[in-house]
Amino acid sequence: MDILNALVTLANFVLVPALAYGSQLAIGALGVTLIYGILRFSNFAHGDTMAFGTMVTVLVTWGLQAAGVSLGPLPTALLAMPVGIAATALLVLGTDRIVYRFYREQKAKPVILVIVSMGVMFVMNGLVRFIIGPNDQNFTDGERFIISARDFKNMTGLEEGLAIKTSQGITVVTAIIVVALLFWFLNRTRTGKSMRAYSDNEDLALLSGINPERVVAVTWIIVAALATVAGVLYGIDKSFKPFTYFQLLLPIFAAAIVGGLGSPLGAIAGGFVIAFSEVTITYAWKKVAAYMLPESLAPDGLMQMLAVDYKFAVSFVILVIVLLFRPTGLFKGKSV
Amino acid sequence: MNESIKTTALFALVALLIIGTGLFQSWNAALGILNMGLISAVMALGVNLQWGFAGLFNVGVMGFVALGGLATVLISMPPVPEAWAAGGLRIWAALGLGAATLAIVIMVRKKMAEGLPRAALTAVLLIGGFVLYRSMFDPARDAIEAVNPALQGYLGGMNLPVLLAWPAGGLLAAGAAWVIGKTALGLRSDYLAIATLGIAEIIIAIMKNEDWLARGVKNINGLPRPLPYEIDLQADPAFVERAASFGLDPVTASTLYVKAGYGLLFAAVLLVILFLMQRSLHSPWGRMMRAIRDNEVAARAMGKDVTKRHLQIFILGSAICGIAGAMMTTLDGQLTPSSYQPLRFTFLIWVMVIVGGSGNNFGAILGGFIIWFLWVQVEPFGRWLMELITSGMEPGSTLRDHLLASAAHMRLLSMGLIMLLMLRFSPRGLLPEK
Amino acid sequence: MIGGYGRGADILNGVTLDVELGEIAVIVGPNGAGKSTAMKAVFGMLNIHTGSVVFDGEDITRLSPQARVAKGMGFVPQTHNIFASMSVEENLEMGAFLRRDDYRDTMAQVYDLFPILKEKRHQHAGELSGGQRQQVAVGRALMTKPKLLMLDEPTAGVSPIVMDELFDRIIEVARTGISILMVEQNARQALEIAHKGYVLVQGANGYTGSGKELLANPDVRKSFLGG
Repeated sequence: MDILNALVTLANFVLVPALAYGSQLAIGALGVTLIYGILRFSNFAHGDTMAFGTMVTVLVTWGLQAAGVSLGPLPTALLAMPVGIAATALLVLGTDRIVYRFYREQKAKPVILVIVSMGVMFVMNGLVRFIIGPNDQNFTDGERFIISARDFKNMTGLEEGLAIKTSQGITVVTAIIVVALLFWFLNRTRTGKSMRAYSDNEDLALLSGINPERVVAVTWIIVAALATVAGVLYGIDKSFKPFTYFQLLLPIFAAAIVGGLGSPLGAIAGGFVIAFSEVTITYAWKKVAAYMLPESLAPDGLMQMLAVDYKFAVSFVILVIVLLFRPTGLFKGKSV
Repeated sequence: MNESIKTTALFALVALLIIGTGLFQSWNAALGILNMGLISAVMALGVNLQWGFAGLFNVGVMGFVALGGLATVLISMPPVPEAWAAGGLRIWAALGLGAATLAIVIMVRKKMAEGLPRAALTAVLLIGGFVLYRSMFDPARDAIEAVNPALQGYLGGMNLPVLLAWPAGGLLAAGAAWVIGKTALGLRSDYLAIATLGIAEIIIAIMKNEDWLARGVKNINGLPRPLPYEIDLQADPAFVERAASFGLDPVTASTLYVKAGYGLLFAAVLLVILFLMQRSLHSPWGRMMRAIRDNEVAARAMGKDVTKRHLQIFILGSAICGIAGAMMTTLDGQLTPSSYQPLRFTFLIWVMVIVGGSGNNFGAILGGFIIWFLWVQVEPFGRWLMELITSGMEPGSTLRDHLLASAAHMRLLSMGLIMLLMLRFSPRGLLPEK
Repeated sequence: MIGGYGRGADILNGVTLDVELGEIAVIVGPNGAGKSTAMKAVFGMLNIHTGSVVFDGEDITRLSPQARVAKGMGFVPQTHNIFASMSVEENLEMGAFLRRDDYRDTMAQVYDLFPILKEKRHQHAGELSGGQRQQVAVGRALMTKPKLLMLDEPTAGVSPIVMDELFDRIIEVARTGISILMVEQNARQALEIAHKGYVLVQGANGYTGSGKELLANPDVRKSFLGG
């Protein structure tokens, strides 16, 4: 019984949250890795792209809520998400047209594009703050839990409860759908294959008649979709605050690099590696230990390795360790 | 010749902007812009040293600036003897133990052959060291933080003159840069960028959470000053008399006096750093650095120790940012860790360097002044613009209120636009590298 | 043709190349003679300011390389000539990217020509041996059903046995009616299979003739074939 209680506690505080957070990071990292693979630079504006997509979704959600539209137990934001994706796609395509294309034609060095993306980051960040303000915004509605802790306790008779939030369930399901769609697109369709070919060998792709501008445009649209989905999922799971999204850049990049920049599979693996390490290392293990250990050995302290505020340190340390031992990441990424 | 005319003209423009602020807004505001402009210029010199001379992509400027701020507290505040008695030695012993563990692990990994025994020993040492460290650290920290928590709850500083904190801030930042450089400098530029971004966040997290060190988010107010307090000046009859002879009331005169005093101190630091940097730029060392930046492979082939040179310049540039950070905290008179935001303290400095002209020290200084001026003035300008735009709208309409309230966020937008326009139409900056 | 890269000095100072349908033409010459450059000029990868490229009776001097692919030219670069992270079959599909019709016949023909590729069609091209990778590269270029196939040193870095096999395949490709223009380091073997040979010297035509003539020419033998 104690072992079951320990497992339930573990699932409630570590496994389920980390699974949801890992899914969000994975989708975010997929966007970063796609840009790196096709456009060959690290996009510092990705966090703010996520914020923009989420902001549009939040605004549309409010509109729908005011109009009395709802999805019943599901958050209305899911209904608003396509609008967010479309708006973000227009934004990034416009940015590419006005900003990035010039440097692509110049064949500028990747580091120049990174600096340019810093400028784009400023503009997008300002835009989001200008439109929705810098504060926390709540836009979740619908049923809060799939299973609440109390229901779980009643059902199983265990001392510990396992709560699964609707947002967590939606996150994982959406992540699976998005990843499946993306891989189907990349591996099965002509356009997807041409994207992989372009990422693999740009010159040969040109020789084969692949139109680079088309590949780039399709990439931006996919990236807009991924960024919006990741942002909205994170927003309904936690909350939407522009600055938090900017800060997500670090774990997302850590995930993409740990997995191997340019490798979609790696981005997913990296997302979960980062999420699980963050949650395990900042979790107070006292309760689990109390169930698992005999009473005489029960710990006094919280058994928390690091305070939650140090979660960035976790992403960072994993990043450094992976880079020192496997510089191309877990899955072999590109090295430009 | 042409070059120097352009430089002079642009700096004259900056002077004009600041004097204009003095005439049309207030001299207080003008001196405020001048002081922060000087500090920004020092930061921009630090980034320029790393990026402009060596091509190192450091986006962790905020962390080094914050460490400079921390140094101000550690140097200038009086120590808290009760806290030292409660756990001061214990906490440093714990930290020493932690460092020793890491050193032993690194040594073991160097000496032993790869394989299972080494991995196992590494794990045992790390876990054992961590448990031991925490068992020493936690009670000591709790004891210190329990000492008069409303006002103190930290170890305090060394009660030394605050001006010493400036070089100390540089040293602290240099020490951190050494550790970071040792691990991250071998990495490609994007990886180094992410690594430094992460380090900066970690430094801020430490400063927010380790209350025993500098009170964390409870902040530290009332840092000692290198200059007299306005109140004391106003009470000094000689000062009041001299102010009256300039036709100024004592309150205005005292604030201007103090601000101008800071300005002189900051200008002195800026000139010393600029002088040293110009000297080194035109020395064989500077030429070598630029050669490495322009063609790393060739420089390596010629037997240059690129990694070592990079480490050197990374440390120096970070130290300059640390000095600037200490100066800024001294000017503020308080340390508030939560005020350190990457957009303001890392990326804005980058805008300064890009706009001013990377690789040119005068360009970096110019960028520091111009961008800081805009950063300050865009807000009132934005408000004015919004009032103009919304003047036709119904008073009290939601859109009007929203637009007026959002004017403050014009800053980031305009900084981004300036940076993008500069990168597009004048990528080498206002004063390009020769 | 006279031209060079970008605005740099001219590398080609007067080269004339000519390939007839179903012929194998080989460009040989010492290092730095402009062999690869001459071929890239035909393919439109550098500026020609004097002279022209005529393909199938049409002047294509101003067309981009991509447009030339659409016109029926296939080009196999010397290096980086496959999509290493994609499967063999996907490499061939990418070769046929411009084609909107059903290209399964062409793929079957390529597999007939290079049976080993059919066997390994689901493997990543990057995992194959050097000779097999060259086959993938040639196969990819054949997918557009080109009238002219250009090969830049197809045997660079492969063993002599593989080289012989590759030459055999190239002869087979030519038999299907495709003209072949290739640059070769292994001058002797290449001239043996060539209908036509061009010896370039310092960016200009040195000797021209059929493969056999050049092999028999004492000057050519002495200077380029090692006696």
